[in-house]
Amino acid sequence: MNDDTIALRAEGLYKVFGRHADEAVIQLHRGTPRDELGAGTTAAVIDASFEVRRGEIFVVMGLSGSGKSTLIRMLNGLHDATAGTVEVAGERITDIPAKRLREIRQKRISMVFQHFALLPHRTVLDNVAYGLEIQGVALDERIARARKVTEIVGLKGWEEKHPSELSGGMQQRVGLARALAADTDVLLMDEAFSALDPLIRREMQDQLLELQAELGKTIIFITHDLNEAMYIGDRIAVMRDGRIVQIGSPEDILTNPANDYVEQFVQDVDRTKVLTAESVMRKPRAVVHIGAGPRAALTIMRDEQLAGAYVVNKDRTIVGWVRDRDVFDLVRRGEKDLAPVIRSDHGAVATDTALADLFIPSLEAALPLGVLDSRDRLVGVIPRVTLLAALGGEPEAAATATPRPDPLPAEVVDQVLESAVGSRAAHAKEAI
Amino acid sequence: MEFRIPVGTWIDGFFDWLEDSFSWLFEALRQLFIWMFDAVDWVFATPPALVVIALVAVAALLARGWKFAVGATFGLLFIMGVNQWDNAIDSLALVLVAAFLAVVISLPLGIWAARNDTVSKILKPVMDFLQTLPAFVYLVPALGLFRIGVAPGIIATLIFAMAPGVRLTELGIRGVDKEVVEAGQAFGAHPRRILRQIQIPLAMPSIMAGINQIIMLSLSMVVIAGLVGAGGLGGDVAQAISALNVSLGFEAGLSVVVLAILLDRFTASFGKGLGLYSRWRRSYVAKKEADQQARFDAEEEVARGGRRPVASH
Ligand SMILES: Nc1ncnc2c1ncn2[C@@H]1O[C@H](COP(=O)(O)OP(=O)(O)O)[C@@H](O)[C@H]1O
Ligand SMILES: [Mg+2]
Repeated sequence: MNDDTIALRAEGLYKVFGRHADEAVIQLHRGTPRDELGAGTTAAVIDASFEVRRGEIFVVMGLSGSGKSTLIRMLNGLHDATAGTVEVAGERITDIPAKRLREIRQKRISMVFQHFALLPHRTVLDNVAYGLEIQGVALDERIARARKVTEIVGLKGWEEKHPSELSGGMQQRVGLARALAADTDVLLMDEAFSALDPLIRREMQDQLLELQAELGKTIIFITHDLNEAMYIGDRIAVMRDGRIVQIGSPEDILTNPANDYVEQFVQDVDRTKVLTAESVMRKPRAVVHIGAGPRAALTIMRDEQLAGAYVVNKDRTIVGWVRDRDVFDLVRRGEKDLAPVIRSDHGAVATDTALADLFIPSLEAALPLGVLDSRDRLVGVIPRVTLLAALGGEPEAAATATPRPDPLPAEVVDQVLESAVGSRAAHAKEAI
Repeated sequence: MEFRIPVGTWIDGFFDWLEDSFSWLFEALRQLFIWMFDAVDWVFATPPALVVIALVAVAALLARGWKFAVGATFGLLFIMGVNQWDNAIDSLALVLVAAFLAVVISLPLGIWAARNDTVSKILKPVMDFLQTLPAFVYLVPALGLFRIGVAPGIIATLIFAMAPGVRLTELGIRGVDKEVVEAGQAFGAHPRRILRQIQIPLAMPSIMAGINQIIMLSLSMVVIAGLVGAGGLGGDVAQAISALNVSLGFEAGLSVVVLAILLDRFTASFGKGLGLYSRWRRSYVAKKEADQQARFDAEEEVARGGRRPVASH
């Protein structure tokens, strides 16, 4: 159970507000719909189970009222769970003595709030140092540490200001710094950027991603904004009416919505920012091994009706690409080596390139855009039609469209191939 | 048979029982009240009136500014001029003692009510009851238990004046931004620490309003208490009523008004940032923070090897 890679685990979590909470859990368990529990009983979270890996940004997304805040507040015990368990770093935090819970909050799990929740009567620095103060860190040390974190979030020079003197974005930086200064592994963020205006919000998202890359915190981030979820989430849990309806990577959620609800939800997301080359690429059809020679290369291109092909090594790492006309000449001249006509400007992109960054390379490439993995192996191609189809939300449409960048007419190719089999030079001349 | 609920008899019995069983307690309280009253009275009555007026004027200047200082001086000179100085001091001492006790009791009750819904539900009707029961009604049993003098006046006053203290303290603490309290909890602070560092400081304006109301209600009750021999301005008002003495009635009555205005303005100014004291305090804090910031910035320069000239703010 004590898997080191798991920072937080929730199992069968329920939260029912109002009367007869325990009975309601039993009823829900038996399958009674949430809205038949009777007046005065609200099931805010129903049977939520998930694991958050160390160093991951786990996003919980759902419309307002879907139970996100209630869920996140059970993760640090601000709400008692009606049923189910929460484990932080392998230790159960549900149903434990208040004193132990306070210790866990001090050391393991901190929180950033939607409306910042700063102490208005304290300076920025004293706010940032608040968590350390509660932990009992000595004054000098906590000031020193708070100053460091204040600098990290970009508030240097504002240490002795009061929150009311700061803009919203800066106040939330203080909130973030306060949580970071406490130096816990897990950070809970409840709609932390929702109260900020869009430009500031994007700036904060970028900063959060940077900090996360640098400090390796485990972050559980709540939002009702799908684009935000897609932008910062490693994995996303979609909530609806108290239940988690799908957990998956942003691409998973976009391309394989678990049900109509999720599908509708993701309809107006900006796909070009979320989908990556990997998620839309096709199997490369025409790939030529460098040792195969001009004749084999030309055959492949004829069979696939392509005007060119990528050339790869034995281990599939890319070498470059060739045009059918160049190879045609080689074959006519009876050359055995493909190397002289290989062009190195293949323009292939990495698997994790966002769709938005594919358009220009795709225009510039003579062939369907190549996709390389981290070891430079050609793992796929993206024809322009595929790119367009993915934008429209229907990647399959590409299959019925036919990409044809004018290959050499098949008869001409056939003639030269046949003549190459017999008396090469003479017949080749005839054929022209 | 005539329909009659014998409430009076029950209550009689209840107070008789109180008197019999706890007479030692009431006697002790009586002595305590009298001692407190004498102590406060001595503080204000011992120096010459003009010295007291000067001190009050200085305090007014510190609390609200020069206009209030001038007003306070004229008001107190008026009281002195209509020969009500000693009465006013007696009344003031009574108000201060009763209000002090009311604050000491009502603030913890308000805090308790804010943190516990059951306590809140019980206290609410009790406080409504205490505040709406006609003030005179307290005086009778108070007289029975504490005998004539300042003690029944103080006890009746403190019971009558307590309610707004409880209510506004509870309201203030419950009204503190829920998220800020959650922040305290989320970082693992103990509930007592959250109370001390977050809830009470942020509820201060409301608590201060409660204290202000306690003092105003105390003053109005103290005048009534004059009817039962608590003395002070109320004693003269009572005398004026029984003797149909219009001039005495107005002199004592106007003195009450002056006292009321002074007490109200003083207590209302707490925490509002008016007056010299707040100005001093603010500039002191601002300077301390600016110094700290300058020190941070300077340390930064040193850390960078002093390549840039020291920034001047
Ligand atoms: N303290 C509470 N008492 C009763 N019902 C609550 C309480 N907090 C939340 N709820 C209800 O639980 C549901 C989920 O609320 P919440 O978790 O705040 O949703 P979200 O954060 O996704 O907007 C809502 O229907 C809300 O009315
Ligand atoms: Mg919420």
